[in-house]
Amino acid sequence: MTIRWFHYAAPQTFYGLAGRLWPWFAVLATLLAVAGLWIGFAVAPTDAQQGEGYRIIFVHVPASWMSMVIYLAMAFWSVLGLTFNTRLSGMMTRALAPTGAIFAFLSLWTGALWGKPMWGTWWVWDARLTSELILFFLYLGYIALTSAIDDPRRSDRAGALIAIVGAVNVPIIYFSVKWWNTLHQGASVSLTQAPSMARIMLWGMLLMAVAFWMYSIALVLYRVRTLILVRERHTEWVQQLEVRP
Amino acid sequence: MRWESWADFWAMGGYGLYVWGSMGVTFLLMALEVFLARQARLRAEREVLQTQALNQQDGEAA
Repeated sequence: MTIRWFHYAAPQTFYGLAGRLWPWFAVLATLLAVAGLWIGFAVAPTDAQQGEGYRIIFVHVPASWMSMVIYLAMAFWSVLGLTFNTRLSGMMTRALAPTGAIFAFLSLWTGALWGKPMWGTWWVWDARLTSELILFFLYLGYIALTSAIDDPRRSDRAGALIAIVGAVNVPIIYFSVKWWNTLHQGASVSLTQAPSMARIMLWGMLLMAVAFWMYSIALVLYRVRTLILVRERHTEWVQQLEVRP
Repeated sequence: MRWESWADFWAMGGYGLYVWGSMGVTFLLMALEVFLARQARLRAEREVLQTQALNQQDGEAA
């Protein structure tokens, strides 16, 4: 079976596809978040060490994961863009950036609110926290640079460079808790070991993580449609398009 | 249910400020992001409708 990738990579086709898909992801995000919050706040027990304070985990870990995943997705689209010179790649990268920036900020924010009661400080300059802060600045740098260059092609290429070079930081964040001594606890969930948290807490967290995935996909599909409209507004197909059906 | 009362729920065993500060800001930023994406979409739609109208006028004039 061959999927006609380049067919779907045409902005015109992708515009319709994204328009059909995003509502489903939005519905899934809502349902999963309701289920995750229900488990997180009504079912999951009090933590033996951290009392009720640990419940920050239900947003902190999903937000942190998404901040890293979205950056990698931006790097992926940037490689595609530079290699094949497809128009959609730059628009996808650009559509991802704001959501990634928000999750990076939320990771730092919820981390600070968790650090204060548990470590006694809002912030320390340790490897995990510092590398996540750098990730947040990379997002801001990408957004600032791409919006400063008017020509879309040049803007996309410049942005792609930041996205690709900055991706080096993502494994540094992920492994920072192993490579350096840090206040931040090690991974609660890893691919190689059994999770170090109670099963029901883990379920709540995973549901929230999937909800954040669905939220991000819905929003990025929605946002890329706007970008396509703006960039292609003078083309024949947009001129024929019924914008509000 | 794990909670004796609503007051108990909001107090979060003394961690209320931290837990609700995290949940609240997360929810607010997500809602704000959705709102801004919607605004941008409406702006783009208006732009497209304008160019379509201009093109139609040109077509009729020609």
